[in-house]
Amino acid sequence: MSKWEEFKQQVIETQVWRSMFRHGYEDTPRNRILAVSGNVWLHLHPSKVRKHGIRLKFTWCMGGITFLMFLITIVTGVYLMFYYRPVAEYAYADMKYLEFDMPFGMLMRNMHRWAAHAMVIAVWLHMFRVFMTGSYKPPREFNWVVGCVLLVLTLLLSFTGYLLPWDQLSIWAVTVGSNMARATPLIGHEGPFREFVGVNDVYDARALLFGGGEIGPHTLLRFYILHCVFIPIVTTIFLVVHFWRIRRDGLSGPPA
Amino acid sequence: MAEAKVEATGTPVRRGLTRLAAPSDDKIYTWPHLVRAEFLCTLLVIAFMLVWSLLVDAPLEEPAAPTRTPNPSKAPWYFLGLQEILVYFDPWHAGVVAPSFIIVGLMVLPFIDINPKGNGYYTYSERKYEIQTFFLGFHVLWISLIIVGTFLRGPGWNWFWPWEPWDTHKVVAMTGIDLPYQLGIRSYWAQAAFGLVATAAYFAIGTVAMYMWVVKKKGVEFMERWGMARFGLTSFLFLNMLAIVIKMALRLGFNTKYIMATPWINI
Ligand code: HEM
Repeated sequence: MSKWEEFKQQVIETQVWRSMFRHGYEDTPRNRILAVSGNVWLHLHPSKVRKHGIRLKFTWCMGGITFLMFLITIVTGVYLMFYYRPVAEYAYADMKYLEFDMPFGMLMRNMHRWAAHAMVIAVWLHMFRVFMTGSYKPPREFNWVVGCVLLVLTLLLSFTGYLLPWDQLSIWAVTVGSNMARATPLIGHEGPFREFVGVNDVYDARALLFGGGEIGPHTLLRFYILHCVFIPIVTTIFLVVHFWRIRRDGLSGPPA
Repeated sequence: MAEAKVEATGTPVRRGLTRLAAPSDDKIYTWPHLVRAEFLCTLLVIAFMLVWSLLVDAPLEEPAAPTRTPNPSKAPWYFLGLQEILVYFDPWHAGVVAPSFIIVGLMVLPFIDINPKGNGYYTYSERKYEIQTFFLGFHVLWISLIIVGTFLRGPGWNWFWPWEPWDTHKVVAMTGIDLPYQLGIRSYWAQAAFGLVATAAYFAIGTVAMYMWVVKKKGVEFMERWGMARFGLTSFLFLNMLAIVIKMALRLGFNTKYIMATPWINI
C-alpha cells in the first residue's frame, strides 16, 4: 500500500469521517454501473462507453460545451431577468442599473453575452466535428436533423436576445436582420410576387415578427418573450430528444 | 500496490480509480472515466468564461434612436455571411431563400449521402466529395464571408482594409449592368426572356452535366442505387450553392448586376 493509500485509509477510519459517511464506496464494476444508472442526472449516459469516445480528439468536447453554454446562459439569464423590464422606457435604464448598481450585475451580463456567442461558435464546431466523423450516417440520420433544428434555435436565441439592451447596436442589428422578412416571396411587402397576395407594411411576415409596421416597444416585448420563454422551452424539448437519441444509438465510432 | 483481488465473477479488480476489469470489447466505465472528463472540462470552460467576462465588458451603446441609422448597420456577426451575399443578390434571395436552402440542405444531408464509409471515424480519402462540398459551403461561403462582413466592411457596406480609416464619403462606382444588356440585348422583354432562359438553362445543363459526371466517376450502377430523388435534390442544392459563387464572380469580374430581370423578380 502506498503512503497516500495509507493516509486515505486513516482518514476514512476516523470517527468524524465515519459519522458523516457511514458506508464507503467499493470500487467494483457493479458499483460503477450503479453510480450511473442509479443517478437521475448521470443516467443520461450509458454506463459504459467505447474508449475512443471520450478522447478529446474524437468529439472535441463540443456538443458538451454547447450544452454547458446553454446552462450558463440560463443561470445568468435568470439573474438578469430579476432586474430587466422589457418596456421601451425602462429597458436601457435597467441595463445601466444592472451594470453599475447590482452586485455582480456586470459580470452576469458579460457571462450571459459571451456564453451566448460561445454557444454559437461551439455549435458550429460541434456540427463540423459530427460531419467530419461522418456521424450523421445511419442510424443517426434523424439525430442530425434534430441537431439542425437546434442549430437554428441557437441562432434565434442569440438573435432575439440581441435586441433586449435596447441600445443603438441592438435595434439596428435586429432591424437589419429582420428586414429580410419583408423580402420574403409572397408574404413580405417588398418580396417578389407580393402583388398576388396583397400584403402591406403593417400586414406581412415582418410585421408578424415585429408586432407592427416597424421596430418598437411591441417588438421589444415580443422578442423578450421569445427569448426568455418560448425558444428556451422549445430548445429544451429538442435537446431532450437529441440526448435521448445519443443514449439509444451510442456514440458513433470506427467499426469494432 | 498490486493486490489484484479476484471477485466472484473472476474479474480482477484493483484498488483506486484505475482501469477496472477489462470488458471484452474496448469499452470503459462511464463512472469514473467519462464523468471525470466532463467534470474537468466543465471546470476549465467555466474558469475560461469567468476570466473572459472579467476582462471584457459586453457592449452597451447609446440608447436606441429609431430615427438615427448608423452607417454601417450590421446584423449580429453570425448573420454577416448572409448580409455579405446581399451585395450580390436581392434580399429575397440572400435573406430568405439562401438561408432556407442552407438549413434544408443540412437536414437532408444524411439522406442524400449514401456512402457507407467513414461512419464514425476521420477519413478524407473515403469521402472526398462530401468533404469538399461541405468545405465549399461551410468554410468558404459561410465562415470566410462572415470574416469579410465583420472586419472588412465599413460605411455604405464598402470594402475597407483594417488599416484604412472609415471614410463615409468613399465614392464607389455603382454601375452594375444586367447581363442581357452586357450581351447586347436592348429590348426590355427580350432581356427578361433571355434572363429566364439563361437561368433555366443553367439548372438544366448543370443537372445533366452533374449526371454525366457522377456516372463517369461512379458508374451507372451507383447512379441506380442513388436514385433520381436523391440525385435531383443533391444537384439542385449544389447548383444553388455554385450559383452564389458564379454570381459573385460575374459581379466582381464584369460588374454584372442581374442575370435575370423581370418586373416581379430579379436574380
Ligand atoms: C444546442 C445545440 C446542440 C447541443 C447542446 C448538442 C449536444 C450534443 C452532445 C453533448 C453530443 C455528444 C457527443 C459530442 O459531444 O460530440 C452530441 C452528439 C451529436 N450531435 Fe449534437 N448538439 C447540438 C447541436 C447539434 C447540431 C447542430 C448537429 C448537426 C447538425 C448535431 C448532431 C449531432 C449528432 C449526429 C450527434 C451524434 C454524434 C456521434 O454519435 O458521434 N448536434 N450533441
